[in-house]
Amino acid sequence: MQLSWRRVLAITLKELRDYSRNRPIILAMFLFPLIFTIQPLISIFAAKGLTAAALSGRHELLFMLGIPILVPATLAAYAVAGERYQETLEPVLETPITREEFLLGKALAVFMPSVIISYVVFAVYIAVVELARPDIAPGLFGADDLIVQIVFTPLLAAFSIWVGIAISTRASDPRTAQQLSVLSSLPVFFVAILFAFNVIAPSLELALLLGGVLLVADVVGWRLIAPLFDRERLISGPH
Amino acid sequence: MTLPTATPSATPASSDARGPAISVSHLTKRFGDRVAFDDVSFDIAYGEVFGFLGPNGAGKTTTVRTLGTLLAPSAGTASVAGLPLTPANGVDIRSRIAIMPESPGLYQRLSVLENLQCFAALYGVEDAGARIQSALTAVGLADRAQDRAGELSKGLRQRAALARALLSEPEILFLDEPTSGLDPVAAREVHDLIGELRTRGVTIFLTTHRLEEAQRLCDRVAILNTTLRSIGRPEELRDQLFAQTLRVVTAAPLADPTEVFGGIPAVRQWHQDDAATYVLTVSDSKAAAPDVTRALLSAGADVVSIAQQEHSLEDVYLQLVDEAKA
Repeated sequence: MQLSWRRVLAITLKELRDYSRNRPIILAMFLFPLIFTIQPLISIFAAKGLTAAALSGRHELLFMLGIPILVPATLAAYAVAGERYQETLEPVLETPITREEFLLGKALAVFMPSVIISYVVFAVYIAVVELARPDIAPGLFGADDLIVQIVFTPLLAAFSIWVGIAISTRASDPRTAQQLSVLSSLPVFFVAILFAFNVIAPSLELALLLGGVLLVADVVGWRLIAPLFDRERLISGPH
Repeated sequence: MTLPTATPSATPASSDARGPAISVSHLTKRFGDRVAFDDVSFDIAYGEVFGFLGPNGAGKTTTVRTLGTLLAPSAGTASVAGLPLTPANGVDIRSRIAIMPESPGLYQRLSVLENLQCFAALYGVEDAGARIQSALTAVGLADRAQDRAGELSKGLRQRAALARALLSEPEILFLDEPTSGLDPVAAREVHDLIGELRTRGVTIFLTTHRLEEAQRLCDRVAILNTTLRSIGRPEELRDQLFAQTLRVVTAAPLADPTEVFGGIPAVRQWHQDDAATYVLTVSDSKAAAPDVTRALLSAGADVVSIAQQEHSLEDVYLQLVDEAKA
């Protein structure tokens, strides 16, 4: 199958423009990061007598992987259901675009802001801790935490996007799609929490295994979801 | 009255070396048990303006969606812009056609210009800036390019959707109720634009409820009510369905109308409509009128008027739809 990047990027650019003027979407983009930043910062600054040694073994940053899981889930849910709701899907599908190009364009539009927001929030968190509590910073995050954060953020975001888009292709309205999408992302987030609080002991082997599984899921996700995108049902089915 | 069959007159008057722009043969679309349209056959020549009429739920929009490769036919075959209507040809067919759906479907938070930029890229339009400007000028929206689509009136949104359909300079343009919701002035402008596209050789497939629109713009019309009820030039349909009639009004009732009208070979039958008004069914109204005039004068009648009774496309449409209901 020949992919037209021009068509893919046309969808991506259109989506990014649309997001930038859509208040509920902007709110969703900033609500989860705010929740995931404020809570850990409060817990650190409120607790007295914390030392780096006492914190060693905790992986606070992993808790913040909730951002690349939940933010894209919210946005991706809007991808197809939102177009149907606005009655803009039919004109797009009347163009030469293929369903694979359409879905890839949508996914890229969600992926870029989700990953950028996640990285920015991590950076802000690290900077605040380093500046305000340099004494405990080494206990909160090390080089390995940062590598996990950098590698797993795009992997988790892509996974969440495909799950969200899959739900969006089948949902009857954007609100239902958003609720289902966030709900579907929660199990992955709980796994991150279990690591963050050392319920599951993180190791290099486990990280490589999970990273590999996510990578495969992200690559095949696009191909698996394309058949769910049934033009006929989306155009003539009930809203 | 027997309905005219669709198939014999389903071919256009003129054809092109490329073959028909659209050729449909026994096409059927079902959604489960529900039949959207059934056993539809017709050809449309390049450069033709083809009207597709029918009541709500007749299958017009489904036909457009099927020919536009959005829906797969359940049975039958078709070719669009020279390509067989198959899933494999979907992208190529959609590159050669454009569809303006009934609902404009614009991105409300994007400006008109941003909407068109997106679609120019989707169609792979080269020199998109110039093409967008040209399309906006054609629909009279050049000065509203920066306005958000959501802030436009329905009529202006409809025009923006038409500009979008013109971007790719399609070989075949499907217009699904293009003047729906437009005021008469805006509708007239769309009619003028369709006329201009016709002179440029664009094949237009027009679905409409406005029968005067179809009568004015279309070379041929088809009337669909799940099955194709009739197809042909508007005047052909009229002649097929309605006998030609002359309406004769005299100053006073004729003493013996049977003697006056009975001797005219072109008059098949007649009846008295009013005290001094007679409706004559004739084989050819133009040939019959002089004979009728002479007969009336010979009988000493004072003739007030002799007029051909006109039937509009609306009469044809209502007749066919009523018969389908019956």
